[in-house]
Amino acid sequence: MSSLFTQAPILAIILPLLSAPICALFRGATFPWALTTIVSALSFSFSLDLLFHVAEYGAISYEIGGWAPPWGIEYIADPLSAFVMMVISGISTGVLLYARESILKEVPASRLGFFFAAYLLALAGMMGITITGDAFNIFVFLEITSLSSYVLISMGAGTDRRALTAAFQYLIVGTIGATFILIGVGLLYVMTGTLNIADIASQFDTIADTRPIRAAVGFLMVGFAIKLAMFPFHIWLPNAYTYAPNIVTAFFAGTATKVSVYLMIRFIYSMFGADFSFGELPLTTILMPLAVVAFLSMSVVAIFQDNLKRLLAFSSVAQLGYMILGIALASETGLTASILHIFNHAIVKTGLFLTVGAMFYVTGSTYLKDLAGIGQRMPITTFGFVLGGLALIGVPLTPGFISKWYLVQGVLERGDAIGYGLAIAMLISSLFAVIYIWRIVELAYFKPSPEGAPTGEAPLTLIIPCWIFIFGSFYFGIETSMSVGFAETAAKFLMGAVK
Amino acid sequence: MFFDHFYYWITVILFVIGLYTVMSRSNLIKKMIGLSLFQISVFLFYITMGKIEGGTAPIIIDQPDVVYSNPLPHVLILTAIVVGVATTALGLALVVRIKEAFDTIDEEEILQMEETK
Repeated sequence: MSSLFTQAPILAIILPLLSAPICALFRGATFPWALTTIVSALSFSFSLDLLFHVAEYGAISYEIGGWAPPWGIEYIADPLSAFVMMVISGISTGVLLYARESILKEVPASRLGFFFAAYLLALAGMMGITITGDAFNIFVFLEITSLSSYVLISMGAGTDRRALTAAFQYLIVGTIGATFILIGVGLLYVMTGTLNIADIASQFDTIADTRPIRAAVGFLMVGFAIKLAMFPFHIWLPNAYTYAPNIVTAFFAGTATKVSVYLMIRFIYSMFGADFSFGELPLTTILMPLAVVAFLSMSVVAIFQDNLKRLLAFSSVAQLGYMILGIALASETGLTASILHIFNHAIVKTGLFLTVGAMFYVTGSTYLKDLAGIGQRMPITTFGFVLGGLALIGVPLTPGFISKWYLVQGVLERGDAIGYGLAIAMLISSLFAVIYIWRIVELAYFKPSPEGAPTGEAPLTLIIPCWIFIFGSFYFGIETSMSVGFAETAAKFLMGAVK
Repeated sequence: MFFDHFYYWITVILFVIGLYTVMSRSNLIKKMIGLSLFQISVFLFYITMGKIEGGTAPIIIDQPDVVYSNPLPHVLILTAIVVGVATTALGLALVVRIKEAFDTIDEEEILQMEETK
C-alpha cells in the first residue's frame, strides 16, 4: 500500500481517464456500469488516503514524469484540493450506485458504453482540475470536463428533445468561458514566463501593478463566473440540469459548479493573494452584490417553477450565491463557510436530485402537475425529499444550517451595517427556500393524485443510495467536527499562504 | 501605434467579430462559425507571444549569441487547437441532432417550439 500510495495523486486521475476508452468499447449495460463504479470507488479511496495524509503531514507535491516544477507539471494535494477531490469522487461513487436502474429508463442500453465513457472523462477532468498545480493544465482538464458534460447532457434527448438545445447552449456559453480562462492564463504567462501556479504566485507582487495582469484577472474571473453559473452568467444551468438524465443532474449538481468555485478560491487566494484581490482590486464590491442578488432573486424564481428539477436548479444558483458571498468576505470565517458549503450543498443537492430521479423512475415525469399526491404514492422517497428540503432551507441539525451559521458569523464579523444587511438578506432568502420546499410538501401530501397515476415505490437499488445521501447529510449536520475541521484547515492554509 | 502592435489588433478584431457573431446570429451553424473564429483569435494571441524580436527557430546550434524564439506557447496552443476542433465537431454533431429533432436550425424558431410544447 505504501508504494501504491506514493502514486495516489496520479492514480486518482489516470484510472478514470484510461478506463473511459475501455468502457466505450463495450456494448450492454452491466460491464460499463460495473467498471465505472469500481474505478470511481478506487478514485474515492485514493482521495480519502490523500486527504488524511495531507491532514497529518501537510501538502504533497507530485512531479509528473519526474520533471521538477516549475518546468514540469506538478500535482499538488493540499488541504483544499484534497478535500474537494474527496467530495467529487465521493459524490460520483454514490451516484453510480444508483445509476444502473435509473439510466436504463432514459438512455438505450446500446449507448451505455459511451455514456459511462463520458461520465468517467468528466470525473477524470474534475479531479484533474482540482489537483493540478499548472495553470494551462487546468484549462485542458476544464475542457475535458466540459466536452464530456455536453455529451452527457445531450443524452437526455431520449426523454425530451430539449436536452439537445440545452447542451448546445451550454456548449456555446461554456466554450466562451473556457476561452476567457485561456486568455487569462496566456496573459499571466506573458508576464511571468511560467505556468506553475506557485511560481506565478511567488512573482506576483513584482508584476501585480501592470495592465496585462489586471486584464488577466478580469478574464479569469469572468471565465470562472461563467463556469460556476454565478449570477448573471447562470443562464445555461437551469436548462442543462432540467433536461439532462437524472443521474447526470445529480452528479453535476454536486460537483461541476463546485469545481469552478474551487478554481475561483484557488486563483483569488493562492495566486493573486487576498491583499491584491480585495485591496487593490475591488473584488468584494463586485462579487458581494452579485452573490446577494443571486440568492435572493433565484430563490424567488425557484418558487414559480412548474418542473421539480428546474426548481432545484434555480435553488442551486441561489446556493452558489452563498459560496460566492463567503469568498467575497475575504475573512477566514467566510472562506471556511464557502468550503464547508461546497461539501454540505453537494451532499444535500445530490440527495435531492436522486429522490427526484426515483420519482421520475415511477411516474415518468418531473412536472409538478404529475407529482401531485406523490407523498401517498411513494411515501419513502417523498419523505427523503422532504428531509433533504429541510437541509436545503438550513433547519438546525442539518448541514445547511451549519454552513449558514458560519456564513452569518462571517458577515457579522464585519461589524458594520452592511454585515447586518447581509445577515438579513440571508434570512429572507432562507424564508423563500421554506416557501418553495413547502410548495412541494403541500403538493405531495395535501393534493389528490391524478386519475390513474402510477403508484408504488421505486426499487430498493434506487431508494438505498437516496437514503445514504439523506442520512449522510443529517450525519454531517449533527457530527460536524470532521467536515468543519477539514474546511477550517483548508481556510487557514489559504489565508496563511497569502501571508 | 496601430502598426507597432498590429498582431494584437488582429487578435482583438477577430475576437470581437467572433463573439459578436455568436451573440447576434440565430442560425446555429453561424454561431459555431463565430465560436471557432473567437477561439482562433486566442490561438493567434498565443502564437504571437512566443516570437522574440530577431529570434530564430528554437533549434540549438553551436553559436553563443543566437536568440531563439520561445517554442512553449506553440506547444500549448497545439493542445488548445485540438480542444477547439473537438468543440467544433461536437457542436456541429449537436446541430445535426437538433435538425433531426426540431427540423430547423434557427434558434428563434426552436425557442418558439419549446415554449408551445
